[in-house]
This record gives sequence, structure tokens and C-alpha cells, in this order.
Amino acid sequence: MEAYLGYFLYFLSLLTVGGIYAILALGLNVQWGFAGLFNAGIVGFVAVGAYTYALLTTAESTFHLGGFGLPLPIGMAVAMLASALVAALIGLVCIRLRSDYLAIATIGIAEIIKLIFKNETEVTNGPRGINKIPRSWEHFSEERFYSSWPMSWFGTPENWEAFFDSLPNWYWQPLFAGTIILVVFAIYKMLERARTSPWGRMMTAIRENEPASRAAGKNVTRRRIEAFVIGAAIMGLGGAFLAQHLRLIEPTNTFDPSKVTFLVWVMLIAGGSGNNRGAILGAFLIWTIWSASELMISGIIDLITAIFSTMDASILQTRAGFLRMMLIGILMQVILQRYPGGILPEVRPASPKADTKTADPTGDTK
Amino acid sequence: MWDAFGFEFVNFYLIPGLVLGCIYALGAIGITLTFGILRFANFAHGEIMMSGAYLTYTVMAIVAGAGLSLHPLVAMVPAAFMVILLFLGTDRYFYKPFRKEDTIKVVMASFGMMLIIRSAVQVIWGPNQIAFVPGIAKPNAWLQSFTGDLGAMIIMPNKHLFIFAGTVIIVIALGYLLNRTRIGKAMRAVSDSPDLAHVTGINVDKVINATWIVGGICATAAGVFLVMDTQTLETTMGFRMLLPMFAAAILGGIGKPYGAVFGGLVIGLAEELSAYPWIGDAPLLSPGYKTGVAFAIMVIMLIVRPQGLFKGRSF
Repeated sequence: MEAYLGYFLYFLSLLTVGGIYAILALGLNVQWGFAGLFNAGIVGFVAVGAYTYALLTTAESTFHLGGFGLPLPIGMAVAMLASALVAALIGLVCIRLRSDYLAIATIGIAEIIKLIFKNETEVTNGPRGINKIPRSWEHFSEERFYSSWPMSWFGTPENWEAFFDSLPNWYWQPLFAGTIILVVFAIYKMLERARTSPWGRMMTAIRENEPASRAAGKNVTRRRIEAFVIGAAIMGLGGAFLAQHLRLIEPTNTFDPSKVTFLVWVMLIAGGSGNNRGAILGAFLIWTIWSASELMISGIIDLITAIFSTMDASILQTRAGFLRMMLIGILMQVILQRYPGGILPEVRPASPKADTKTADPTGDTK
Repeated sequence: MWDAFGFEFVNFYLIPGLVLGCIYALGAIGITLTFGILRFANFAHGEIMMSGAYLTYTVMAIVAGAGLSLHPLVAMVPAAFMVILLFLGTDRYFYKPFRKEDTIKVVMASFGMMLIIRSAVQVIWGPNQIAFVPGIAKPNAWLQSFTGDLGAMIIMPNKHLFIFAGTVIIVIALGYLLNRTRIGKAMRAVSDSPDLAHVTGINVDKVINATWIVGGICATAAGVFLVMDTQTLETTMGFRMLLPMFAAAILGGIGKPYGAVFGGLVIGLAEELSAYPWIGDAPLLSPGYKTGVAFAIMVIMLIVRPQGLFKGRSF
């Protein structure tokens, strides 16, 4: 029974982290898949979201600014807003330039954001990071939540304490994973709606043929900034969830560009850029491969050390992670060259009413 | 007037700034040529630089194993050959398939290459810092006493003199190549207008290979100069250099090698001088934000003058 519980919890953690990556991949899909904007600084927007959430929701602390102890949904909403604001500033400057420049600028802004989080020790506690970030559902068992409104309405702190003691200590895991899956689904529904709406079709037109859409009177720059900002807001939300999942964030290792930016890119390209379902599929698939390969490689290392008993396994263990990164990079190159459409290639957005329109004899084609 | 102010300013801000500028300049040459001739921003350039430094270190270690000690500038030569092969190999297998397609695909491929090369270096040499040349670099005694007699003492270790000399030699050689030789003129022609160059019978493939070779030599030199300066090998240094080098290339104008050299020097100086206490006693900008200076310059250039100071191409 214990073993099955272990598998179940492992599966839940796959769902949790896969779901967080799915949120990020959906955000990137708005920017790259819809509008063709190359964002090479995903990690910057994620960091903004994560730090905003962390500063707003943690309990009062002497190490960093505030710890405002605000309710979690407010933290997440502000995280989205903050990320969107940063994206709007970059968008205003760089969006009219060719995509290469946007890539350079975003990679730069991501580094600057990390630099700020590292150097402004008064606000962010610098390289030591912020810890004890409240995680959805698990936070109910923290004293400052159950002893205050609204939980104090339903029971005294003692009652709550007894209640949480009676639950298994992993009670929050299915709930947290479920919340993330629900959020992924909600974002997916909204983006599907956006994709088939006139806005989404205009996006495709701009991406495919900018001069033509400009000639047709579309405000190309504005639309692009919109896509960039919406994508960044979704990434900010992803960042807030990442902060919840990790509970400790610091600027350098948590927000490693190769593990965030690059992995999300591989996910989107593998799943199929431009296709929201593809983005979600790619995220879960690549994340499963990524974490399964960790188990596999450690198994292989055990095998090697069993055969060559004189060998020092620690060198292999530290370097195996980088080998994994390299293989993922090669996988990305193969997909780019052989299967440029990804697993679920993009389906061009048609108006949901297109079929009924053609059947309607008097219908105009607007 | 060589008072304490001048002494401190020149030795602790101006010379380090110029050294950094030389390194940026050499790296930016490769980036600007690739951007101008192949028309894409090569994100893997910094990592190639870094691998050049690691290869040089390995060559030195192998020779040291045979009982000889080799100067980095000599060990750089075989390393540069390997870096050129690495460049040509990545071009052949990862960039060439996309040449007829949308440029953003190549940018993406180079973005992937960046991670592949860095992870490969981390697998081979390990993720930890390695001491390149141990010990403290002593200032050049002759230069110190000579300039001291003139009343303007300059403290400069030999490594900085090598970096300056190396950069000057490479830039002069590059100038000769671009202005006097057939292939160099062809490179400039392709950079100006690929279609027109193609029509006049220039072999574009050959020009592209020449670009990688020139870029490879400059990148190796930049990588080796960087580790000569910092004396440590790090796997993240390529990525750290990437942004200032792009900023230098954009500042000088894309496709303009001399612009890149100028841009590199400006960015290097700006980064170091930003920490100088211009107003009051505190540094103008906290040294932690040095990297931000290059980015700020780049963003301002992109807004005000995207074609760069020397009228490069803007897309």
C-alpha cells in the first residue's frame, strides 16, 4: 500500500509541475504561436510573477520587503499584472523591430530582472531568496491562516489544528494538482476562444503576412503588444504557481534560463506551436520525459558503478544532469528539422460560425 | 596633472574598461559578420567563445603533461582550428537546413545550440570553475618604472598588454582581409546585398564558410583573452558575454566589423566607468548592475537609431 501511495504522489507531482509548465507553454503559445513573437526571456516574466506573489503573500519577515500576508488569489492576480506591465514596457520599445532583436531584448531583460532581484537585497533578500511561500491548500494548515478570517468563522484554531492533524500530511497534493489542472483548462478554454475570434484570426494574418494585414488597415503594432502582454500575464501566473510549488525562490538557480526558458520552448515546439492543445501535450510529455530520464540516468549510473566498482559515481551524478540537458537540446533540433509542425500541428483558426455562414444564402462574409 | 585622481581613474577604471572592451570587440566582430552575412542573430556565439577558452586550456594541460609550458596565445592556435570546425559543423548540420526558410528558425536553432554546447562543455569539463592561470598577475615592472619616471605611473599586468596587442593585430589583419583580399571584398558585398552579390557570381557558400572561419578565430581570441583576464574558466561566461556583445554589434551597426570594434570598446568602457564615483564618493552605479549598462545602451540604440552609429543594416 505504501508503495502505491508513493507512485500516486509521484504522479501528482508530475501533474503539478507539468501543469505549471503547461501554463508557461500556453503563455508562450500566445506570443510565438499566435503572433510570431520570439520571446527568449520567459524566465524573466516567470521571475517577476513568482517574486510578486512571494512578496505579497508571505508572512511579515525581516529579511525582505513586507511579507504583506495578502490572500493568495490577490497575490496571483497582482503577479499577472506585474508581469504584464513589464511586458508592455518591453513591447512598446522592441515590438516594431525584427524578431531577432526582440529575442535579444527579451534575453537581456530577463537577465536584468534577475540582476535586480539579486542586488536589491532590501526588497528581495538577494541571493538568499524568499522562503515559506504559502502554497494553495497547504496554507490552510498554517497557523496565520486558520486563526484569521475567513477560516476562524468555521472553527476555533484548536479545532482546525486537530482537523489538519487528522488528515494525512499529503492531503493538499491532489488539491494543488487539481487546482493547477483546472487553471490550465480555464486558460486553454479562453485561448481557444481568443484563437477562433476575429482577434485570433487577425493575429494569424499579421504573423503570416504583415504588409498585407497592414494594408488591410489592421493596427499591427498594437495587436502584437496585446499578444505579448497577454502571454506575459499567463507566464506571470505560471511563475506564481512555480513559487507555490517550490516554496523557496532565489534569483540564480530557481530561475535558470536553461531550465525555464529553454524547456518551455522545447515543449511548445514539440507539442506544436500555434496549437493550444499541442502546447499542453508538449508540456506534459517533455516534463514526463525529463523527470523519467532522471530516474533512468540514475539507474544507469548505478549499473555502471556496479560494473566498474573502482569508479567514483559522484562525478557521473553531477554531470548526468547536463547530459540530459544536451539530449533535450538535440531533441529540439531534430523536431525543428524533421517535424517543424510538432505533434499536433497548428489548425488554422476559422470562424466558429463559418459553416453556418456559408449555408446561409443571405449571409455576408464579414 | 597626474594626481591621485588620474592614477586611480586610469589604472582602475580606464584600463580594465579597455581590456573588457577589446574582448567584447572581438566577440562582436563574429556576431556582426554572422548577422550581416547570414542574417541571423547567433545566440550560440558566446558559448563557442567559452568552448574556445576550454579547448585552449585543454591544449595547455596536454602540453604541460609532456613537461612543457605553453603560453595561452600559442595554445590558442590549435584551439582556434577546433572552434572553426565546431562552427562549420554546427552550420552544416543545424543552420544550413533552414537557410531557405524564415530566419527565425535559424535563430531558434542557434538558441538550441547555445544550450547543447554549454551542456556539452559541462559534461566534458564539469560545471565547476577551473583556474586557468594560477597566481596573482604582477604589473609589468618596466612599464611601471618608465611611466613612473614620466610622472604618470601606469600599472598594467602583462596579460593586459598581451590582450591589447592581440586585439590590435587581429583587427589589423581583419582590415587587410576585408579591404584587400578577394574573399573579404566578397564578404562585404554579400553583407550589403546578397542578391546582387549572387548575381555578380560570388560563391555565397564560400563566403559563408569564410564568415565562420573569421568569426571562429575572433571568438577563440575573445574567449582566451577573457580567461586570461579573469584567470578562471566558467561555463556561464559565454552567456554572460552574449548580451554586451550583441549590444556592441547593434551599437556599431549590424554588418560593420569596425563598428563592432568601436561598439565593443564603448560598451566595455561604459560598463567599467559606470562604477566610477563621478558624483560624490559612492560609485555612480552599483557594480552589481554593470551588466545592465550594456543592455541600457542597446535599448536606447534600438529606440533612437536601430541602424547603429555606422549605418549598418537594420531589419
